Amino acid sequence: MAGVIARRLVGSIPILLIVSLITFAMIHMIPGDPAAAIAGLSATGEQIANIRRDLGLDQPLLTQLGHWYLNLMQGDLGRSLLLGQPVLSATMQRLPVTLALSGYALVLTLLFGLLSGIVAALRQNTWIDQAAMVFAMLGISVPNFYLGLLMIILFAVHLGWLPTGGYIPFTADPIGWLATSTMPAISLALLLTGLLARITRSTMLEVLRQDYIRTARAKGLPERRVVLRHALANALIPITTVIGIIVSLLISGSVVTETLFSIPGIGQLLTQAVLNRDYPMVQGGLLITTALLVLINIAVDVCYALLDPRVRY
Amino acid sequence: MTLLSVEHLTTAFRTERGEVTAIEDISFTLDRGEVMGIVGESGSGKSVTALAIMGLLPMPPARILGGSIRFDGTDLLTLSDKAMQRLRGPGIAMVFQEPMTSLNPVFTIGDQIIETIKAHERISERDAFARAVQMLEKVGIPSAATRMTDYPHQLSGGQRQRVMLAIALVCRPRLLIADEPTTALDVTIQAQILDLILDLRDEFGMAVIIITHNMGVIAETADRVLVTYAGRVVEQAPVNRLFDEPLHPYTSGLLACVPTLEQEQDRLLAIPGNLPEPARRPPGCRFSDRCEHAVAACRDGLPPLDDFGAGHRAACIRALELRR
Repeated sequence: MAGVIARRLVGSIPILLIVSLITFAMIHMIPGDPAAAIAGLSATGEQIANIRRDLGLDQPLLTQLGHWYLNLMQGDLGRSLLLGQPVLSATMQRLPVTLALSGYALVLTLLFGLLSGIVAALRQNTWIDQAAMVFAMLGISVPNFYLGLLMIILFAVHLGWLPTGGYIPFTADPIGWLATSTMPAISLALLLTGLLARITRSTMLEVLRQDYIRTARAKGLPERRVVLRHALANALIPITTVIGIIVSLLISGSVVTETLFSIPGIGQLLTQAVLNRDYPMVQGGLLITTALLVLINIAVDVCYALLDPRVRY
Repeated sequence: MTLLSVEHLTTAFRTERGEVTAIEDISFTLDRGEVMGIVGESGSGKSVTALAIMGLLPMPPARILGGSIRFDGTDLLTLSDKAMQRLRGPGIAMVFQEPMTSLNPVFTIGDQIIETIKAHERISERDAFARAVQMLEKVGIPSAATRMTDYPHQLSGGQRQRVMLAIALVCRPRLLIADEPTTALDVTIQAQILDLILDLRDEFGMAVIIITHNMGVIAETADRVLVTYAGRVVEQAPVNRLFDEPLHPYTSGLLACVPTLEQEQDRLLAIPGNLPEPARRPPGCRFSDRCEHAVAACRDGLPPLDDFGAGHRAACIRALELRR
C-alpha cells in the first residue's frame, strides 16, 4: 500500500505541471495589469512602468515562467502582489477556513445523503421514497448561491437568528463558528446531498438485488444486519468514488459560497487574486489547491482498496 | 415421519400485464432424511416453490394466494418475520445456483460462516471459529484453517459452492434446499458436489430437496421426484418408477431428451415448442399445445393429479391408455 501511495504521488507531478502551465497561460491571456492595480488610479505611466519592472513583469513571459518554476523548486511560491505577503503563508492562513467549511458541508452531505438514499431504497416506490427523491431533485436544481441568498434574507435579515456573513474560527469560539458556518455549509451541501442521495438509492437498489443478499437472508440474519452490513459494505464501494468527486466539488464550490458569505477562505482569496491580476497568488494558490485535490483522489483510491478486497494495485 | 408438507400452495406475481400465478396448487410431503427432486424447465415454478418455503419470495411483487406450508408441525405462512429468521439456518437452509455471486465479495469466507453460527447460537468467537473450520473441512476445503481468511474471489466455482454448503449446513438444518446446486459447475465438480450433499445428508440425517432441470442429477440423488410444468405438478413418483414407467407425456419427453451412449441418431431430442408464458397458458392441460398425444378433451379442463398407486401420481387424462 505504501508503495502504491508513493507511486501515485510521483505520478501526480505531471498533473501539477500541466495545471500550473494552464493557469499561467490563462491568467496572462486575460487583459489587465497588476502594476496599474497596485499603483492606483492617480499613478503616472512612469510609476506604473517602475512597479512593473520591480515585479519583473516587463520580462518575456517564458522568462517569468522559468523564474517561477526555479523558485518553486526551492519551495518559494513568491509574494502576493496585492497582499505583499508570501503566497504560501497567505494560502495556509486561509486553507483551514475552507477545509473547516468543506468538512462541515461534507458531514451534512454524508449524513443526509446516505441516510435518505438508504431509506428511499428500502422503501422503494412508497411516499417516503418519492418525498426523498423530490427533495434530492430540488437540491440538485436550486443553484447554491440562490439558496444562500434566500437563507440570508430569511434567517439573517428577517429572523435575525444568524449573522449575514463573516467568519469566526472554531478554535476561537465553537458556537460562533457554528453560527457563521451553518448557512454556508448548507448552501454548499444541498446540491451534493441531492446527488449523493440519488446515487446511494440506486446503488443500494442494485446491491439489494444481488444473490449474496438473498444468501444473507437465507442464513437467517436479521434484516437490519442484511442491509447495514451485507448491502452497505458493497454499496459503499461505488459510493466512495462519488464521495471523492463530492469533496472536490465542495472545495471548488467554496469560491462562490465564501464570496457570498464573506468568509476569508481560499475561495475568496483566489477570487480576489484573479480580479486583481495577482499573478503569483493565482499561480501558487491554484497549485496548492490542485495538490490538495490530488491528495484527496489518492485517499479515495486507498479507501477503495480498504473497502473492496478484490482491488489490488 | 413427515417433516415438510406443502398443500395447495399457490403464488402470484404482479407484472405489467396484471397478476399472473407462478405456481398453482402445489402439494407434496417430504419425510425426514428423504431426498426429493423437483424437476422442470426454467420458469416451471421450481425456484418459486423453494423460495416460498424459505419465506424469501420478494413480496411485493410476489403474493401467496393460498395453501399452506407446514414444517415440523408449524405453518410457516403464519410465522412472524422474526420466527422465520430463526428457522432459516437451523431449520431450513438453502444453497443457490450461482456460487460465483452467492457469496458476499467483501467479507472473508470464514466471516460468512461464523456470522451464520452467531446469528443462531450464543457461542464464543473462538468456538464459532473452530466450528467453521470443522465445517469447511467437512465440505472438502483443504487446509481449511488457512482458507478462513480467503475472500470469495480467491476460490474456484466448485470451492465456492462447497463454502455455500458449509454456510447452509453449519447450523445443522433439518431440511436443505439445493436450487440447481451444480448447474453452474464443471461436470466433474458436479458429481463431487452431489456426492457431498448425499454424504452430509447421511451424516446429519437431514431431508433434502434438490431442484434441477437435469434428469441425470435426479437419477443420481433423489428418492422421490416431483415433475413441474408451467407452475403445476404434472407427475410425482418414486425415482425408479418415474424412470421406468413415466405416466405423463412431459416426463417421457424429458427422459427422451437425455442423451445416451447407445443412441445412434446425430441430433439430440428435444420437446418441441416452449414453456408457455404465465399470461398465455393454454386452456386445459398446460402441456397440451406441445403434447403429441393431446386430444380435444385435454383442452377442456385442468387434468387432476390422479393416484396410480405406489406413490405414483400424474396429471394426464390419457395416462392409462398411453401406458398400454
